[in-house]
Amino acid sequence: MATEGNIHARPIAIQPAPAGPYVHEAHHPWLQHHFDSMTQQAEASTLGMWVFLVTEIMFFGGLFMAYLVYRHASPSGFQEASHHLNIYWGTANTAILIISSLTMALAVRSAQTSQPRGTQVLFLFLTIVLGLAFLGIKAIEYTDKFKDRIVPGPNFHWEGTHAKAAEQFYSLYFAMTGLHALHMIIGVGIMSVILVMAWWRIFDEEYYTPVEVAGLYWHFVDIVWIFLFPLLYLIGRHYHAG
Amino acid sequence: MEITTVGLNYLNNGYGLKSWLLTKDHKRIAILYLLSITGFFFLGGFFALLIRLELLTPAADMVQPDTYNKLFTMHGIVMVFFFLIPSIPATLGNFLLPIMVGAKDLAFPRINLLSWYIYVLGGAFTVVAAATGGVDTGWTFYAPYSTSASNSHVITAGLGIFITGFSSILTGLNFIVTTHRMRAPGLTWFRLPLFVWSMYATSLIMILGTPVIAITVLLVAVERGLHLGIFDPALGGDPILFQHLFWFYSHPAVYIMILPAMGVISEIVQAFTRKNIFGYAFVAFSSLAIAIVGFLVWGHHLFVAGQSTYAGLIFSILSFFVAIPSAVKVFNWTATIYKGAVSWDSPMLYAFGFIGLFTIGGLTGLFLATMGLDIHVHDTYFIIAHFHYVMVGGAIMGYLGGLHYWWPKITGRMYPEGWAKFAALTVFIGFNLTFFPQFIVGYLGMPRRYAMYAPEFQVYNVLSTAGATVLGAGYVIPMIYFIWSLKNAPLAGNDPWGARGLEWEIPSPPPTENFVVSPIVTEGTHQYAPSREVGIGH
Amino acid sequence: MSGHVAPKTMYYAVFLALLAGTGLTVAAAFFDMGAMNNVVMLAIASIKALLVILFFMHVRWSTRLTWVVVASGFFWLLIMFGLTMTDYFSRGWVEGTWR
Repeated sequence: MATEGNIHARPIAIQPAPAGPYVHEAHHPWLQHHFDSMTQQAEASTLGMWVFLVTEIMFFGGLFMAYLVYRHASPSGFQEASHHLNIYWGTANTAILIISSLTMALAVRSAQTSQPRGTQVLFLFLTIVLGLAFLGIKAIEYTDKFKDRIVPGPNFHWEGTHAKAAEQFYSLYFAMTGLHALHMIIGVGIMSVILVMAWWRIFDEEYYTPVEVAGLYWHFVDIVWIFLFPLLYLIGRHYHAG
Repeated sequence: MEITTVGLNYLNNGYGLKSWLLTKDHKRIAILYLLSITGFFFLGGFFALLIRLELLTPAADMVQPDTYNKLFTMHGIVMVFFFLIPSIPATLGNFLLPIMVGAKDLAFPRINLLSWYIYVLGGAFTVVAAATGGVDTGWTFYAPYSTSASNSHVITAGLGIFITGFSSILTGLNFIVTTHRMRAPGLTWFRLPLFVWSMYATSLIMILGTPVIAITVLLVAVERGLHLGIFDPALGGDPILFQHLFWFYSHPAVYIMILPAMGVISEIVQAFTRKNIFGYAFVAFSSLAIAIVGFLVWGHHLFVAGQSTYAGLIFSILSFFVAIPSAVKVFNWTATIYKGAVSWDSPMLYAFGFIGLFTIGGLTGLFLATMGLDIHVHDTYFIIAHFHYVMVGGAIMGYLGGLHYWWPKITGRMYPEGWAKFAALTVFIGFNLTFFPQFIVGYLGMPRRYAMYAPEFQVYNVLSTAGATVLGAGYVIPMIYFIWSLKNAPLAGNDPWGARGLEWEIPSPPPTENFVVSPIVTEGTHQYAPSREVGIGH
Repeated sequence: MSGHVAPKTMYYAVFLALLAGTGLTVAAAFFDMGAMNNVVMLAIASIKALLVILFFMHVRWSTRLTWVVVASGFFWLLIMFGLTMTDYFSRGWVEGTWR
């Protein structure tokens, strides 16, 4: 193609960047080469995590959609099935996750305020322990379900009027809590890495993005449970068979 | 202007296998994607070829009906999930987006590389599913067929799609963060190239829709494997819920395929008419409008599935709305071409092809959004023709056009223009010969997804198969001259087209860091003429 | 780099509110309020989620972009729920159609 068409001056000036607001920060050891500043890097990471959490909302959303459709189809069946869940374990686990969210938030804060590594590690450690406690209780509950033969499949056994709806409820129960538990396991793994990084004294007020981003994930998993708990455990509390 | 040497660039910066497989350079990752999606394109094309050969005669004589079912299923899975969805975003988008926003790389280079490995892993699952016996559910995996009938390779293929979905999600996430956080100083939203806008809109669909298909195919796999009752009516489930969840992603996924092509066309049309796009803001916002409204229309796939009539009405009306932003784009391209200094280079030929074929594909979509008419043509070849006009006539034309337009930038070399024009013409003719008869034969009542058909439909099918042969040749020719050009074609220089945009300001091929000095943008990056419009950002 | 540092007391206050919400929703579940049970339950859960998002996840002090991202996630969820339920709520309204 002929280039005589370029009668107008080039619109874009490629100039060396001035020593202005974009390069003024001293080069931090944790600044990756393609970012201009620590602020830009931190903002990109947190935005990235938020966008990822949006995909997580939609990921769990598909299951909540199924729950909504089937609960709409057999409301009393779902209540009857829900009645069989152990509300004490459920409530205990809710409290455990809320406490872990607090320790998580405090872990982020302690990094943000350049607390000594002991403080940072302690909060992260507590978060991990609480996460494991949640998973332990979940394991107890799952074992009970296997004992009571209310795990969906050929051996599903239900004493009640809505056997089919109950099986569906427990299909959703295992799918939803299973996916949530998987997220908890991944969360514990992430927190362990973060704990090691805190032990290495990586985090201070200059650089705490990994703790912050991991915290966002942890809180999200907590939020999922905040909705799972009432939808699965509480809807059958006042249900009386018959 | 004779250029004889190229400096240090992303291609000659390391030659070992490791320098490619462990690269974090978005340009090299784009090349990795280019190679792998080309592989899947020809795999999917191979299945298409077998389908067309079988349909040469009314009887099922070349393959058994059962094999035929697997052929169209694998064709659909490979083409949709492993070629069309990653095609432009993962190759041209990956290569160009950071350059167009004036950045050194995407925001998360390691995640970018990870997304390619995830894609390859998902592809491996699908190839294994195909090699060990194939899947025959159709690419749509409708329950209860996929959950209780069919064969167990459904799980393998489903996991392949589940895994690949994450590659798509990570690409979208990277693009969104890059567009928000990595723009060069002075590069405001309304100075961005329209290709970036279309990539942004595509990324929105990728992150909002893909997780839903991921959980859906995962549930199908779990239902098959562990007998959880989610979709199977025998276990109390509702198969229509599967269709809702499936199309909540898969209809917007059509816009994942077409929006990037629209972005490419916007760039090409401006470069080869030497004009600024007519109504920049309208074209930019129409991309977002398509992405958003595209999420509200999925129910038009369920008109005959047992969905409530009232829901059908709502979805029908909403479906008509999505035609508006699409039409805005077509009108604005046309207005840009009007009185422009049009040059008939090969990318522009693809752009012309795109505009015509997409218009036909889009308008026939309105037939299908009309409930009564859809009952007549549902599951016929009319549908096949409609979505191939959009996906092949639209998306692949845009992809090829973009590949030709940016090939000099990617490789630093030109390609034989005469052959390129010939290939573009071949693709256009072959495409129309393949799919136009399918509109007619579909309207006459030939159903899709059967190995056999009534003898009176044969003439259309023979035309279609002949066209597919021409089309196939049209795809092979660019393959050959592109490979040839790598060593033999003349060097391109920074800006062989006299086009505008940050990518044409830097050497071809670009250096690893993209910009030796960080750019500062003082005006719209695509100004072909001094701005006369008084509008946003000008 | 600097982010907003919230006082510790705020974290403890939010924590106590979350525990109180949990207690309230469990207590409410034992009373049969008909359809109101669902409303109360989901309202409490939403408030709890909002507290976590605004304070523990620092959205309260985040950019407008973060607000938009968070809101769009829930908005798209509502699109999915809403349009799908138009189907399920209106099934069988036309006589003779499948339900």
